[in-house]
Amino acid sequence: MTTIISAGTVHRVTERADGTDLWLTPKQFEAVTGFALKPEGFCRDAICIPIPPGRDAHYRHNRKINVAAFAHLTHRPWVGTETGDTWVLEEPAEARNEALQSLDAPDFELPDLDGQLHRLSDYRGKRVLLSSWASW
Amino acid sequence: MWQALYEELKPANFVVIAVALESRGADAARPSIEHAKPTYPCLIDIDHTVARLYNMINVPQAVWIDEHGHIVRPTETAGVTEGFRKMNPTTYEMPKQEIEEGAAARSRYLDAIRDWVANGAKSKFALAAAEARRRTPQFTPDVARAHATFRLGRYLVEHGRRDEGLQTLEKAVALNPDAWSMWRQMADLDTVGKSGGPEFWARVRALGDKRYYAAVDMPGEP
Repeated sequence: MTTIISAGTVHRVTERADGTDLWLTPKQFEAVTGFALKPEGFCRDAICIPIPPGRDAHYRHNRKINVAAFAHLTHRPWVGTETGDTWVLEEPAEARNEALQSLDAPDFELPDLDGQLHRLSDYRGKRVLLSSWASW
Repeated sequence: MWQALYEELKPANFVVIAVALESRGADAARPSIEHAKPTYPCLIDIDHTVARLYNMINVPQAVWIDEHGHIVRPTETAGVTEGFRKMNPTTYEMPKQEIEEGAAARSRYLDAIRDWVANGAKSKFALAAAEARRRTPQFTPDVARAHATFRLGRYLVEHGRRDEGLQTLEKAVALNPDAWSMWRQMADLDTVGKSGGPEFWARVRALGDKRYYAAVDMPGEP
């Protein structure tokens, strides 16, 4: 069993990684990455990222798609354990920078001490001081 | 930390959202929260999600977000000084001058918030969009990779793979060496107390002339 953490969600698949390569079914791939592989490339909403010419076999093979190749193509960090049983797929630096440069405060949802969830956007309409602290 | 300010400014449509970057979870943050009895939301962030979204590297850092959900001051040091570096590591005593400077910096920061809450976009502390963008800390590919690696390490520690998890967190720290929040969280997951122990002080000394908390660029700051 292989564990993949992507956008904060934990996915489990029976496929095993080979080095950093992890080949998933199209359905698994879409669940993990949010992208669907179409003839025009990796697509999400209106955006498609074409597979580089002549490199098809690196990305798809036997009806499976290589998450590591997709991550590399789209500059997404793809970090795993040495045994390859647990992986994290992260947003690329460019996307984080674009999000902050838009000046729209990135939304998030976190629990309080009682486990009640709060979203930043629940507080729209107020001026918010968003401040970090820690016990350590 | 913000309770008095929050109570004062709450009627003016102001809220504090305090996020505890606590990979050991709610129980690590509980004593401080129950002691301070804040009436504003105090959230528990085991994965340092807010640090990842806002590119925070230390605590306390803060972001000012206006009523439309727009950032008017990006991530910056929230009213603290370097004074702790002069602290006696055994007695925890601080020289009088550092105590006074710390109190003055905090007071200036709170006054800046008051000014913003009173005057909104007209406040001299609310940055114009171009200036807010310029000051936004940049993610590099290494920092993005550090956050992915941090998340993996934290997950491994939580799932009974402590040694492997701590080794993974070491790699995250190496990719994002300026992120004190990553180093200190790693130390805290290793052994409670280590984050403020001899290794911490050695790392602080190794900064030399470099700052631990980035200077705040605000009108009235020295």
